[in-house]
Amino acid sequence: MVTIEKSERLKILKTYKLYIGGEFPRTESGRYFSLKDADGNQIANVCSGSRKDFRNAMVVARTAFGKWSKRTAYNRSQIVYRIAEMLEARKNQFTDELTIQGVDKVKAEREVHEAIDLLIYYAGWADKYQQLFSSVNPVAASYFNFSLPEPTGVVSIIAPEENSLLGLVAMIAPVITGGNACVILASESKPLCAVTFGEVLNSSDVPGGVVNILTGSRKELLPQFSTHMDVNAVFYGAGIPEELKEIQMNAALNVKRVADSNVMHSGTGKEMQDPYLIMNFQETKTIWHPIGI
Amino acid sequence: MSKKNKLILNGKKKINRPKTNASLQKTSVSLPKTKGKQKPVINFKTDWQYASAPESISHIQLKKRYELFINGTFVAPDKPVYFDTINPATEQKIAEIAEAGESDVNKAVKAAADAQKYVWSKIPASERAKYLFRIARIIQEKSRELAVIETMDGGKPIRESRDIDIPLAAAHFFYYAGWADKLNYAVPGKTPQPLGVAGQIIPWNFPLLMAAWKIAPALATGNTVVLKPAETTSLTALKLAEIIQEADLPPGVVNIITGAGKTGSLIVNHPDINKIAFTGSTDVGKIIQRSLAGTAKKYTLELGGKAANIIFEDASIDQAVEGIVNGIFFNQGHVCCAGSRLFVQESVFDKVMRKLKDRMETLVVGDPLDKNTDIGAINSKAQWEKITKYQAIGLKEGGECYQSSCSVPSQGYWFRPTVFWNVSQASRIVQEEIFGPVLTVQTFRTVAEVVEKANNTPYGLSGGIWTDKGSKIFKMAGELRAGVIWANTFNKFDPTSPFGGYKESGVGREGGLHGLMPYLKY
Repeated sequence: MVTIEKSERLKILKTYKLYIGGEFPRTESGRYFSLKDADGNQIANVCSGSRKDFRNAMVVARTAFGKWSKRTAYNRSQIVYRIAEMLEARKNQFTDELTIQGVDKVKAEREVHEAIDLLIYYAGWADKYQQLFSSVNPVAASYFNFSLPEPTGVVSIIAPEENSLLGLVAMIAPVITGGNACVILASESKPLCAVTFGEVLNSSDVPGGVVNILTGSRKELLPQFSTHMDVNAVFYGAGIPEELKEIQMNAALNVKRVADSNVMHSGTGKEMQDPYLIMNFQETKTIWHPIGI
Repeated sequence: MSKKNKLILNGKKKINRPKTNASLQKTSVSLPKTKGKQKPVINFKTDWQYASAPESISHIQLKKRYELFINGTFVAPDKPVYFDTINPATEQKIAEIAEAGESDVNKAVKAAADAQKYVWSKIPASERAKYLFRIARIIQEKSRELAVIETMDGGKPIRESRDIDIPLAAAHFFYYAGWADKLNYAVPGKTPQPLGVAGQIIPWNFPLLMAAWKIAPALATGNTVVLKPAETTSLTALKLAEIIQEADLPPGVVNIITGAGKTGSLIVNHPDINKIAFTGSTDVGKIIQRSLAGTAKKYTLELGGKAANIIFEDASIDQAVEGIVNGIFFNQGHVCCAGSRLFVQESVFDKVMRKLKDRMETLVVGDPLDKNTDIGAINSKAQWEKITKYQAIGLKEGGECYQSSCSVPSQGYWFRPTVFWNVSQASRIVQEEIFGPVLTVQTFRTVAEVVEKANNTPYGLSGGIWTDKGSKIFKMAGELRAGVIWANTFNKFDPTSPFGGYKESGVGREGGLHGLMPYLKY
């Protein structure tokens, strides 16, 4: 337990729960794991999310996808910007949580700043990537023909162990900027910022269900995240080749798109800024119509 | 069978279409009596006759035996195994084709890898472009020969191979040629590089066109190719190999090796291949995706489909009926993006069905080399059996069925245009890809209902919308989860137009600007 100075009032400890459908339920399984600091002191009891939690999250994510994908690009842009505003206001809390989990203070501060800046970066893309990656196609007949990107659907995300805030934010941001919904598995060893980020999302006008955050065992949940038949794409950021291979094999069950990024667990915020990450979770739709009277 | 009715595909004999000849109809079923009181004015049996107009096959050049095209020359396979390619309209053997084994695949991949490393990546991009332009031109010059061979080998009507397959194949090379020295504009903010060797596996429904779809963007982006055509339709790919020789393309840049699934699997699993491009069934696509797990190979998969073709009551019904026919009966229905699930707004169901049946009666089924033919031969016996199986399933499931009453030749594999109605979302013929001239019809009342039904499939390749209301088109185009939407048209293709599916219909796009990305690292 965190030590209490004699003169201080008794601290209120935070209960870390899951974030599903805009609410903070405990895992339906009732399981937990104890998070300890480097000295072996108890930091928190963290929910050990289950397969059922994931399935519940998928149901609300699918529902949320329909509405989120139809929001205007300008609206999505403002909401992603709003996440950055909320994160900025609570940056000390995130720095503290990173520090408790063993991240050096200077590095923790930088990580929080980079996460905020990254959200600003993607907020700006929300109403621009469509222009950059769409086309009017000069077909050799009397048709008007154009192609535009559309969100793939529901994306399951495996966040990296390190960069437990920055990596998490850098994987969520391109996915939701592009109009997808997601279910994300937080860093197993450093899960605190993920849960607190759920609180940021909850106060940022992000509709419930667009982002759902689970904590728990990656080994246990990886198969659920990659075999569920309603998942359209998997985004893997933990950087372990065997795990990636397992995901890729499972993905073939229903031709899920698989994207992996090695910068998530070791890179800088700058390296995670890339519109092609948005495009990993977009489908190109082409529409034809005759020209005539 | 009377001598009079014998079909000979050398274009010298007239095709007879007997008025009734149930004994000739492999696909015959007992047709339910149509209850409709309105009878068509035209008697299609007597009024709808054409004199035969066969395309001559005298000018084509075919060898008796085709070897493997590796490193710029035709070489015999290490193990002398050959298989026959037959004309599905006559069941006659056309030529024999080499089957590539493991050592042959290794040679082809080595040739491609060396050519990429030492030749193709070294020559200026603008020169690469010139080779592609050359290939496009030679295809145009030989288009008549290629069209005839395509029709003989695959069974598709000469009208389609002549007007669609071959011109589009040439157009693909012409389009991608120009990209070769402009790739920096295609991937904004990045410096794109080729991947290396592309292994490409293509289907039997558009043999030369699919080869062009695959080879042209791969070469434009600086990759080299090992391509395997489908085993029932290798000939035009091998003719393309001759064209590639004639164009003086450096040896090894394109290697074309023939064989069946086993050869394909050797390509997919070859460690020195950097990219797999596959067009075919979703089942095989999944096997390939699984095989590629844990490798660094990039892939594009163009897989199956079960497209919804949606007719609203405010559509121009006559145009829509043409669209239905083109959607499902084009290329005998051997089209991954075929409009195989028709949704008709309830208020116009009777009218659409009456006009559709009338139109089906006018479709000319028979000799693919006849220029009047609308529907040619089913590509292979195996495919004919599959379609026939689904027809039986549809009848067993309680669907009502109508087939056009045309006669079909006694030799070859034929299937008359077929439509099922009174089917449900759960019917297998509604859910599963048949890949033949079999249409299912369902009705709907509201936009929400038809969106729900149309999207209720694991596939998401294409969709059709027929309405005179522009805002409804955009609403529907946005709601349909499919990669290609045809509004007031269907089954249109162009090299500049990206093609590819959502969900289990595939990964990635081919064609257009978007078709470059899957062949580049950036």
